[in-house]
Amino acid sequence: FLGAGGGNDIQWCFSQVKGAVDDDVAEADIISTVEFNHSGELLATGDKGGRVVIFQQEQENKIQSHSRGEYNVYSTFQSHEPEFDYLKSLEIEEKINKIRWLPQKNAAQFLLSTNDKTIKLWKISERDKRPEGYNLKEEDGRYRDPTTVTTLRVPVFRPMDLMVEASPRRIFANAHTYHINSISINSDYETYLSADDLRINLWHLEITDRSFNIVDIKPANMEELTEVITAAEFHPNSCNTFVYSSSKGTIRLCDMRASALCDRHSKLFEEPEDPSNRSFFSEIISSISDVKFSHSGRYMMTRDYLSVKIWDLNMENRPVETYQVHEYLRSKLCSLYENDCIFDKFECCWNGSDRQVQLCSGIVMTGSYNNFFRMFDRNTKRDITLEASRENNKPRTVLKPRKVCASGKRKKDEISVDSLDFNKKILHTAWHPKENIIAVATTNNLYIFQDKMN
Amino acid sequence: QDMQDKETVTPERAEEAKLKAKYPNLGQKPGGSDFLMKRLQKGQKYFDSGDYNMAKAKMKNKQLPSAGPDKNLVTGDHIPTPQDLPQRKSSLVTSKLAG
Repeated sequence: FLGAGGGNDIQWCFSQVKGAVDDDVAEADIISTVEFNHSGELLATGDKGGRVVIFQQEQENKIQSHSRGEYNVYSTFQSHEPEFDYLKSLEIEEKINKIRWLPQKNAAQFLLSTNDKTIKLWKISERDKRPEGYNLKEEDGRYRDPTTVTTLRVPVFRPMDLMVEASPRRIFANAHTYHINSISINSDYETYLSADDLRINLWHLEITDRSFNIVDIKPANMEELTEVITAAEFHPNSCNTFVYSSSKGTIRLCDMRASALCDRHSKLFEEPEDPSNRSFFSEIISSISDVKFSHSGRYMMTRDYLSVKIWDLNMENRPVETYQVHEYLRSKLCSLYENDCIFDKFECCWNGSDRQVQLCSGIVMTGSYNNFFRMFDRNTKRDITLEASRENNKPRTVLKPRKVCASGKRKKDEISVDSLDFNKKILHTAWHPKENIIAVATTNNLYIFQDKMN
Repeated sequence: QDMQDKETVTPERAEEAKLKAKYPNLGQKPGGSDFLMKRLQKGQKYFDSGDYNMAKAKMKNKQLPSAGPDKNLVTGDHIPTPQDLPQRKSSLVTSKLAG
């Protein structure tokens, strides 16, 4: 089964793991989102407890050229807190659903984080000097008696230990009746969208008391509800274009220039279904859990329960490529329905863009069960299954590919479907925008893997 | 096992048959209204002392509907009890990822 694939023969090695070792996982520690910033220097995680932890890559050690900089804790803060809406008798979880970074414009870093109802813009800034030598104040802040001041001095800035501060600069609230599943920053860097189960709103980053509703699929009679919005994203280059996916496996592309309310799609992407294959599970497993544009914007990738599909924006009637993530689960759907795993929302991501222009958006990555994650190389058509486990944590040792035995005789080193641990799910993964560094989140640990450097 | 049968029944259909055998009352359209409404209602808690006491009185006479994949909308029959409500959240502490 020697899958030496995974794209351009990238050899993945363990680099770091963050989080507690113990098996008893507190709910608050469950990681709910992972995102690199635009330079890849910062890596943010959000969890079920409403906390954000940001890691910073240390400057590359010129002497030790065998590895790229490590990620260390840079800042951590409580982004959202649990709330109770008394009017609606609704409990609002503090779980961070998504984090999206703004491109850096000045010394500070900005990110958007959202829970089910409220989006917040956080400013993360560094302070490494402080003013000293005031005339009327002591160093500890106490006021001096003005009559004791006999000479004047000019306060100066002196270095101090680096302090990283996070402060909420904008709170975008009260615009969503249903649960927010996505936020996406526009390529104009001034606006962003937020999507819940039935509606999508457009915001301006500076304005918190107003947002425009651009998609509304709520039926007049809720009994007629047949599908919900599952994810949405702005096009990376066209500031008027965005897509949203549905629980029925469709993707709609909308153009904001067409009308104020984009209820009529410009394009509808849907793969025709073979009616003879239809079953009770068909719709559930076709529900799209994530949609991501390629860096060029020419393609988009969707993730449904069993597969990853690549769509060409110029072709609506079927995907151009389909990759099976864990097809062996098709014969386990009954128990996966009973234990709710069939509703797990896996994300997917593209490789970084700057590496080799020809192979831009050439590799896609997504998670699976048993702490396995999968990569598909669109160019070589090879795929690989790797495992995020503390047992593999020898730095610079290439990770061994894994293989699941679907049926029949299990070979040595293979794992049978029935032995898979369905509580160990990798839902969130992220790829550094420029390097071959990936961040993979298990339930409560964050793994960082790197390309082996020679 | 009959090899002929295995060829004509897809794995998905076989799984569907298994599920229907376990839950004969399972609705025809899982993607339909009930299922989606449950998703939209996430987080909804109803607690009213009047409802609670009436439900307690009802409980003496009949069984509360059991939870299962086909459970209906959370209104009416299923009243949250103090036991159902989650424990008060503990004080906010720093993430272990930052440890």
